[in-house]
Amino acid sequence: MTVTTPVLRDYLAKLESELPFGKKEKREILLEAEDHLIEDAARDEAKGMGVDEAERRATRRFGDPQVLARRFAEERAPAIELRGVTKRFLTPAGTAYTALRDLNLSVHVGEFCAIVGPTGCGKSTTLALISGLEPPSEGEVLVDAEPVTGVSKAVGYVFQVDAVFPWKNVLDNVATGPRLRGVERSEANRLARDWISRVGLAGFERYYPHQLSGGMRKRAALAQTLINEPRILLMDEPFSALDVQTRTLMENELLQLWSATRSSVVFVTHDLEEAISLADRVVVITAGPGTVKGVYHVDLPRPRNVSEIRFHPEFARIYQEIWNDLRDEVLVSYERSKRVGS
Amino acid sequence: MSVLSASARSPFVGPEPTSGDRARAQARTRRRLLVNGLRVAVAVVVLGLWELGTSQGEAGPLDPFFYGRPSGIASQLWTWIQNGTAQGPLWLQVATTLEEAALGFLIGVGLGIVFGAALGRIRLLADVFAPYIKALNAMPRVVLGSIFIITIGYGIWSKVALAVVLVFFVVFFNAFQGVREVDRVLLANARILGASERQLATHVIFPSALSWILASLHTSFGFALVGAVVGEYLGAIHGIGIVIATAQATFNPNGVFAAMLILALVAVTAEFGMTWLENRLIKWRPNAVAEIQHI
Repeated sequence: MTVTTPVLRDYLAKLESELPFGKKEKREILLEAEDHLIEDAARDEAKGMGVDEAERRATRRFGDPQVLARRFAEERAPAIELRGVTKRFLTPAGTAYTALRDLNLSVHVGEFCAIVGPTGCGKSTTLALISGLEPPSEGEVLVDAEPVTGVSKAVGYVFQVDAVFPWKNVLDNVATGPRLRGVERSEANRLARDWISRVGLAGFERYYPHQLSGGMRKRAALAQTLINEPRILLMDEPFSALDVQTRTLMENELLQLWSATRSSVVFVTHDLEEAISLADRVVVITAGPGTVKGVYHVDLPRPRNVSEIRFHPEFARIYQEIWNDLRDEVLVSYERSKRVGS
Repeated sequence: MSVLSASARSPFVGPEPTSGDRARAQARTRRRLLVNGLRVAVAVVVLGLWELGTSQGEAGPLDPFFYGRPSGIASQLWTWIQNGTAQGPLWLQVATTLEEAALGFLIGVGLGIVFGAALGRIRLLADVFAPYIKALNAMPRVVLGSIFIITIGYGIWSKVALAVVLVFFVVFFNAFQGVREVDRVLLANARILGASERQLATHVIFPSALSWILASLHTSFGFALVGAVVGEYLGAIHGIGIVIATAQATFNPNGVFAAMLILALVAVTAEFGMTWLENRLIKWRPNAVAEIQHI
């Protein structure tokens, strides 16, 4: 950066940290923004205004970095796109079961998108399709504007159940990703130690998963996924098995880690409160076969504290709005499960 | 992030031991002494009754001609150790049987793992071979011993072959099951983390199947010993099996019992080694560290 005045420097630094792109793209955008701001400020200066004041006004006219970053992201091709996706499974009885029907969904670069829906609506299937673990029966799944043909290196996946390897200790578990991708053992261990302390497990490197609590295992799983620095982070009800206090801690922790990486997140949950507190956007899926029922923007300020954001007046309004949609689907799903049960 | 580390405390680090802990430790020591004492008592009673019952010769409740005597067994063992058996020195017989059992065990385990893993991974192979394997497994395979002696001869290899056949199926089924039962989520996770097909095998499938395979090793060394001894029994130059056959032919029950005792010692030693190996190889399993939690 060539700017030396503190006002512009601070502003551009803020914008840089908000932009969810790679280094090169960030540079291009920042250079353009800088040119524009200098030019704009120069006009005010010419009218006899002080440098700082002129620049401050220029940045105000240019916009809030957070809002700008989002607009930039929305202008680009989405990080994840599902076009008319249908997924059928063969049941053991030999019949076809439709998990998803004609699902359309796109997630912007750097966006935190939550998917909510009743049990069995195909939320997890959606993640399996994005990750490349399962191919769609019909339609297209695109990641970074490329059709998904298999498991991509850009993807990280945190599973609902424990997926850490029980025969590896915490250090080896977290180092697995880099090791599998060909990183030297010493370097992989160094990275792993760093991530282990970032998720608060320092001192537990030599413990095996069965010696840890559920919350600690989840942290290990998080570190194991994040160490690969995925640009696309898929999470399948990752905290549903945790007690409420641990859960809130983990949600805050996730937001912190995410704000540092700005990866695109798809977070599946059946808990609407969790969805709103975490996400930029909430997608409601209908009771199976799943398809998109509604999409809601969550314009709550960031950085958020999950345990406090629930008391924000806007939170209640959004909750009400989404719940009206979700309730019908939950009822449908509940009626169905009753019929199966009886 | 410091919030998290505060809540992450070791489940094993407790306060200093209290007087209650010490009392419990003492109670445990007392109990261990009691159990060991009773164990010795059981042996003394059984052997004593046996010795007593056979002390009056033919007229007594147990005829030593048929049932042998503990003291007779001991002196038989002593004779063997000092003068050797009819087949030569005792150590040679033990070594021969051990060699056959060990070779049979190693080859059987190797083949069992390879075939079990292959059929577990490759659906087509499993479907094709399933009926044959079931049929072979249902057959009392000891009868194959006769064929092996005819085709391979009186040397150790006919016994090794019999031991291999017995061991193979035990390990095969466990390896097959172990490979099949691999947690799908763990496989998916490894794939996402970047595992190639080969890395899936080394990082997930094999470690996961290992506990199944190791569980089968306990029983399979026993089977290897059975194979070796039965093979020798059917016809051999050296080995515990032929020592037993000779003792039987000369109406020498003490000899049969003495040989059995030697086999039991060998089997118990092998079992001990196997447990040690298992604890070394799968220390990640909950029961391997259960000792810590009992303190």
